[in-house]
Amino acid sequence: MRLIVPLQGVVQGRGGLILGSIIPGALYYFFQLYLKRCRSAKPNSNPPSPSSSSAQLADLSRSSSRSNLSSRGSVGPVRVSARANSIAKPNASPYYIGLEMASEDPYDRFDNPDGIMQLGLSENRLSLDLIETWILENLERSMIGGADGHLNISGIATYQPLDGMMEMKIAVAGFMSQVMGTTVSFDPSRLVLTSGATPAIETLCFCLADQGNAFLVPTPYYPGFDRDMKWRTGVELIPVHCRSSDNFALSVTALDQAFNQARKRGQKVRGILISNPSNPIGNMLNKETLYSLLDFAREKNIHIISDEIFAGSTYGSEEFVSMAEILESEDFDKNRVHIIYGLSKDLSLPGFRVGVIYSFNTSVLAAAKKLARFSSVSAPTQRILISMLSDTRFIQRYIETTRERIKKMYVAFAAGLKQLGIECTKSSAGLYCWADMSGLIRPYNEKGELELWDKLLKIGKINITPGSACHCIEPGWFRCCFTMLAEEDIPVVIKRIQRVVET
Amino acid sequence: MRVIVPLQGVVQGRGGLVLGSVIPCALFYLLQLYFKRHRSEPTPPPQTLTEVSELNRSLSRTHLSPRGSSAPACVSTRANSIVKSSDSPFYVGLKRVSEDPYDELSNPEGVIQLGLAENKLSLDLARDWLAETAKDSILSGGGSSGPLSMAGIANYQASDGLVELKVAVAGFMSQVMERSISFNPSQIVLTAGATPAIEILSFCLADTGNAFLVPTPYYPSFDRDLKWRTGVEIIPVPCRSADNFNLSISALDLAFDQGKKRGLKVRGIVISNPSNPVGNLLNRETIYTLVDFAREKNIHIISNEIFAGSTHGSEEFVSMAEIIDSEDLDRDRVHIVYGLSKDLCLPGFKVGVIYSSNENVLAAAKKLSRFSSISAPTQCLVISMLSDIRFIQKFIQTNRERLQRMYTKFVAGLKQLGIECMRSSGGFYCWADMRGLIRSYSEKGELELWNKLLNIAKINVTPGSSCHCIEPGWFHCCFTTLTEQDISVVMERIRKVSETCKSPR
Repeated sequence: MRLIVPLQGVVQGRGGLILGSIIPGALYYFFQLYLKRCRSAKPNSNPPSPSSSSAQLADLSRSSSRSNLSSRGSVGPVRVSARANSIAKPNASPYYIGLEMASEDPYDRFDNPDGIMQLGLSENRLSLDLIETWILENLERSMIGGADGHLNISGIATYQPLDGMMEMKIAVAGFMSQVMGTTVSFDPSRLVLTSGATPAIETLCFCLADQGNAFLVPTPYYPGFDRDMKWRTGVELIPVHCRSSDNFALSVTALDQAFNQARKRGQKVRGILISNPSNPIGNMLNKETLYSLLDFAREKNIHIISDEIFAGSTYGSEEFVSMAEILESEDFDKNRVHIIYGLSKDLSLPGFRVGVIYSFNTSVLAAAKKLARFSSVSAPTQRILISMLSDTRFIQRYIETTRERIKKMYVAFAAGLKQLGIECTKSSAGLYCWADMSGLIRPYNEKGELELWDKLLKIGKINITPGSACHCIEPGWFRCCFTMLAEEDIPVVIKRIQRVVET
Repeated sequence: MRVIVPLQGVVQGRGGLVLGSVIPCALFYLLQLYFKRHRSEPTPPPQTLTEVSELNRSLSRTHLSPRGSSAPACVSTRANSIVKSSDSPFYVGLKRVSEDPYDELSNPEGVIQLGLAENKLSLDLARDWLAETAKDSILSGGGSSGPLSMAGIANYQASDGLVELKVAVAGFMSQVMERSISFNPSQIVLTAGATPAIEILSFCLADTGNAFLVPTPYYPSFDRDLKWRTGVEIIPVPCRSADNFNLSISALDLAFDQGKKRGLKVRGIVISNPSNPVGNLLNRETIYTLVDFAREKNIHIISNEIFAGSTHGSEEFVSMAEIIDSEDLDRDRVHIVYGLSKDLCLPGFKVGVIYSSNENVLAAAKKLSRFSSISAPTQCLVISMLSDIRFIQKFIQTNRERLQRMYTKFVAGLKQLGIECMRSSGGFYCWADMRGLIRSYSEKGELELWNKLLNIAKINVTPGSSCHCIEPGWFHCCFTTLTEQDISVVMERIRKVSETCKSPR
């Protein structure tokens, strides 16, 4: 008994003191040895081979005795940082899985008719032909740059301002104004250019929030926000749920509720992130909502980030109203509003990597300018785009044509879905529609939704984004991007969905 | 007495309890009020009038919130520290030059740029190539995909770079380092310049609060690139002129232990080879010792080899990759940073490289590259350029010759003024010993000289203190933005200043 319960011995003063300390000590020591053996037995990708030790001896030129002194042997593999580990983990969200599968087996009408059709990536390929033609005709002139017809190498090869050349800022400001309906003008000195809208959002997060702070984000939202806003910044996202009964419109009551809940939890909310036009729904915020948002932000003393990257991809009868327009006309505190834009959607050039941070807040601009060193736009690209964006006649024609084509596709696609009994929310912008497939899922929850997504992907060979990936609180909704298809592909898509639905 | 020293009252039990609690509370409350008033001073006057008149805004929220003017929206603490980070002379000088740049013809009184490591010596070669080939290389999608694959350029690509570009860059790295090492394209992650490459590696190898050992003097922007957003610390490892500013393992050891004492977990060493600002090349022996040290302490090594192709001496350049090739043991702990800004004279293109054998690092870096991807037209241009092996060969050779020539002339010019330079074999700059010209042998004296050189002689050189050099009086002078005629102008200007500064020693 004394051995097994040495503590009892200690307590009862029967000399169990020695055993009471030896046995735990021995157990502990054996445990350590076991762990050590486990750690060194872990698969080391390059186990020290016998030949290397002879190589060491043979390498007498390595006169440093240090290598002979460190007889510790292997100390275990060198570790990467904890944040690298969490970032490197394969992403389990259906959004990414679907994108990956579709890119590995892409559908092609002629070469690969059984491939996966990509309806999960909001990329506009409808008007690439216009861009192609322009580039064919104008590339040389745009790269040459100089008036004397000689290549101005200093304008392309040498160090440029890290937040974008002034000419580029002027061109982009002009484009933003043109694409949003010329009701608002953008000041080039308030622009910071980044290599895509993705770093633009991340940089703004760094500027507006510290580690552990939070942003309110209306759901459903673009799945990429979870990555872009959180990975390196240490910022949290608090979902603010919107419902189909409201047409997924944002309600300030819900915002208020979410804000108070966060406060109770001890989370400091630094701002609201809205997408206008919204992704994945496609609705636009009207003036009323924008006013109330601004009031709310002022009351709680927080920022507003308005992601307006789809501003030019509108096709409905509604007019797009930018936050910049509101601020120009009304007397609001401009320091708390920041706009994100980019050329990936409205100009169909995601490969060019051009994003914009537009802010009235001088501190934010100053910080963002300094941070632009980590995501600069390359100079040749800026040259090409300065030329393209300054060709206002081409841009005008392009904007009009794109709008028509998106509208045509939207109408055809929504009608096709309707034939299957799938309704889409009435949306007026964006490169996608928000389809209600709640009638097709069994059971009516996230599991049922993911089952349907899986079937559509693996059997129907269509990649669409399930609402749960967008944090939608109601199951059964799917985002379908139709701008990577041609008109002929729509019946194929509908047929495939039908096939899956009927099983 | 009871009022003034209520505590005494309390202690002596003479009813000072009430006063003993009331007075501190009152003081505290008054202090709070004072702070509140102070904080709300900068806010604009209340805007209640305009709110009431906006009757079309039917939302009643505005009427409910009688708070009036709101406090200003604050930016994050980290943004504030980034904005306020006082610019070291390195940045101040760069700014001055950009405001008043020297031009032989149009602005001969301007400030001559000797503070930016940018190679303009071989721009003409790049220009000629681009003028002929740029259009075709972009239109052909940079590869064999036939004429005008717009779909290849405009669309979303893998954020860590096109495979063709990785292959081309791997080939270029082999070519430029003139070694028999071959670089594996699948171990490359491409980023928009070497700056984000270093930052991404910093994120991948260290957590907030960890530290890197960095031998001094080092490139001033490491303070930004390694630290700003990552929360990582830099522990400087001083090198001395007595050792020719070469790295000594005992100094590394000392710094490592100091870090441990301060409670900082050292995750790696960041070395530059060829080094910036001195221009030293690490020899094989030092590299082996470094790797041994890293193995012993179980830390990483980041080797910034961005000037690898810009060597001009007789010393051979040894890349970390070569050591890793031969030793299987330490593949996972060595990571190389490279880029096309220096060796190919194309800083505006923004092409940087992370090269690593560590699967975890590669996986994380690939994902983080989305925040700094290279734009597709540029990738096409570069693929074309790097695939033109003959052009690249000629370029590398010509560039080296011109570099060697400028280096010799510049150093000779300085020698005539009595300023010796540290013997260096790489980089675009020389590490000049101006200790004889500074009045007081301290950082203050060095900055005085820097100021004189900038404002009187109108030359922007980088003082050693910006590079964290522990010995005052050393200056970093880049000569690759000059033409040969400019050298005499520079020397003349320095002479004027040096004559006024000859310290009476």
